[in-house]
Amino acid sequence: MTDRIRKAGRHTSQSEGLIFEKSVPDKRGMELPPLDVPAVDARQALGAAYLRDTLEGFPEVSEVEVMRHYTRLSTWNYAIDLGMYPLGSCTMKYNPRVNEYVARLDGIATEHPYQPVELSQGCLRILDTLQNCLVEVTGMDACTLQPASGAHGELTGLLLIRAYLENQGNPRKKVLIPDSAHGTNPATAAIAGYAVENIRSDANGQIDVARLREIVNEDVAGLMVTNPSTVGVFEQHIAEIAQILHAKGALLYMDGANMNALAGIARPGDFGVDVMHLNLHKTYSTPHGGGGPGAGPVVVKKLLEPFLPVPVIAHQSDGRLTLDFNRPKTLGRMRAFYGNFGVLVRALAYALAYGPGIRQASEDAVLNANYIRKHLEDLFDLPYKFPSMHEVVFSDARQKKNGVSTTDIAKRLIDYGFHPYTTAFPLIVHGALMIEPTESESREECDLFIHAMRSIAEEAATNPELVKTAPHTTRVGRLDEVGAARKPILRWTPKATTEAAD
Amino acid sequence: MYPSDYRYTKEHEWIKVEGSLGTVGITDYAQHELGDVVFVELPKVGAKFAAGKAFGTVESVKAVSEIYSPASGEVTEVNASLANEPEKINKDPHGAAWMIKIKLSNAQELAVLMDAAAYEAYIAEKQKEASA
Repeated sequence: MTDRIRKAGRHTSQSEGLIFEKSVPDKRGMELPPLDVPAVDARQALGAAYLRDTLEGFPEVSEVEVMRHYTRLSTWNYAIDLGMYPLGSCTMKYNPRVNEYVARLDGIATEHPYQPVELSQGCLRILDTLQNCLVEVTGMDACTLQPASGAHGELTGLLLIRAYLENQGNPRKKVLIPDSAHGTNPATAAIAGYAVENIRSDANGQIDVARLREIVNEDVAGLMVTNPSTVGVFEQHIAEIAQILHAKGALLYMDGANMNALAGIARPGDFGVDVMHLNLHKTYSTPHGGGGPGAGPVVVKKLLEPFLPVPVIAHQSDGRLTLDFNRPKTLGRMRAFYGNFGVLVRALAYALAYGPGIRQASEDAVLNANYIRKHLEDLFDLPYKFPSMHEVVFSDARQKKNGVSTTDIAKRLIDYGFHPYTTAFPLIVHGALMIEPTESESREECDLFIHAMRSIAEEAATNPELVKTAPHTTRVGRLDEVGAARKPILRWTPKATTEAAD
Repeated sequence: MYPSDYRYTKEHEWIKVEGSLGTVGITDYAQHELGDVVFVELPKVGAKFAAGKAFGTVESVKAVSEIYSPASGEVTEVNASLANEPEKINKDPHGAAWMIKIKLSNAQELAVLMDAAAYEAYIAEKQKEASA
């Protein structure tokens, strides 16, 4: 069976315990030189009560053991620098090295947010230029770079809508959200103080416009739409949807998570969007958060500009830039300082490196997704037949007849040398396989992926057990995910390593 | 499969009514769709819910879903055993894995719920959609 696997081969990697298990009493990571100053008795200097003699459970290991431990662990990782992530921009897309080079330049990397404005003109220029780029690509009027993630951007956007409506005299009560939306959208609306009303998609994965027309009234603050939606389909009636909302004084929020299918081709500002956020890691190839710094800038139409978070960057008559805090209608601050500056630098580097070529990135992302769709749609069920944008969503309906689920296929894909695609999302597709190759993948890499998927489809038909028990070639096989979720062991202890902790 | 003395919602909860008390849980179809349940969050005794409002959440390896109250009322009892044994929901959704008991405030609401035959027809339609 292994000769079917083209991308991956066997490679010996050393087994590795926890660093705590390597600990030997009194082993040292480094030797300090003899003291060349008089010794101080810490017990006397600090007081005996504040002195700790031992660090319980702290590993005692040598330098080379530490180096090898973490280097070995790093070789177990799958990384975008090793191969394709078919779950695309949602999780990991290639970040061109020019972004990193620019962010590390002296004079950028060493700037401090407390530097006076007169000495920060370069940084302010970077922020101002990025704002202009984002405004131009989205067809909006103004921008804030403060939000630290996409979800934070959503909240900023909804609070802007609330501030605008409050200023009109009535903040209204609810926000409409289609069932094809991102899971963060309802949470955002709730945090912003709105009740959430769901709208079902029609058979084509589109918002039901007739239904929308019925339910939009003076209680509706706005609609949050992801376009293209999470099934990778463009909302055909987006302009009409905007009109329906605007006619009742409600606003249209767009979740820009999938803007990497539109950038350089269509502008949300032109099809009626009032406010949206951009996930810079998706559309502008900045590193992914995973708990680290992110960026979710928000762009707005003129009507929302007075409410933007402070400070905003302002142009002085002498051409210099300054920070304007005197904004009476502002909703306040959304974050300390000016957003995650280092991430914003990387986004600008990408924007300037590609310029109008960002259209090509969008086109390639769409082309790659459709190339994969075309070569897999005879073997995998395609619930929504509308043209795919930057991603294609299959279901496991055909494989399920043999008991093989999307999870099993994803696990088997690991044996073929690929990271799994997004499984079981979006929720409106039963047993979803969501595949987003992104613009970065070559035709050769896409072909390898297609071959792997076709091969697994054949296995699912002829030898379903092989797929259901995958992965087989990894360091550990199928993990007990349910056991880990139900009875997690949260702390390693020397003895009870196999028993569940309470 | 689906007890004939229960009533069912479109969101896949069941309610069994005895006098003015209703026992609520999720259906076998729901547990099957969710997959292995790993965590349940239930309200406290004394909490009040209107029909159709979320009273808790159920988390599986795949997703977190809200559970909606089939009828209005006040919680009189909560199945505390589900906290340590959420797998009961997969094993015995219509019995041992009941979630809450509520004192019904408006028995009339039950009229809009489905009986077992109607619910079975409803999920058969859902399954047809999913495999179409």
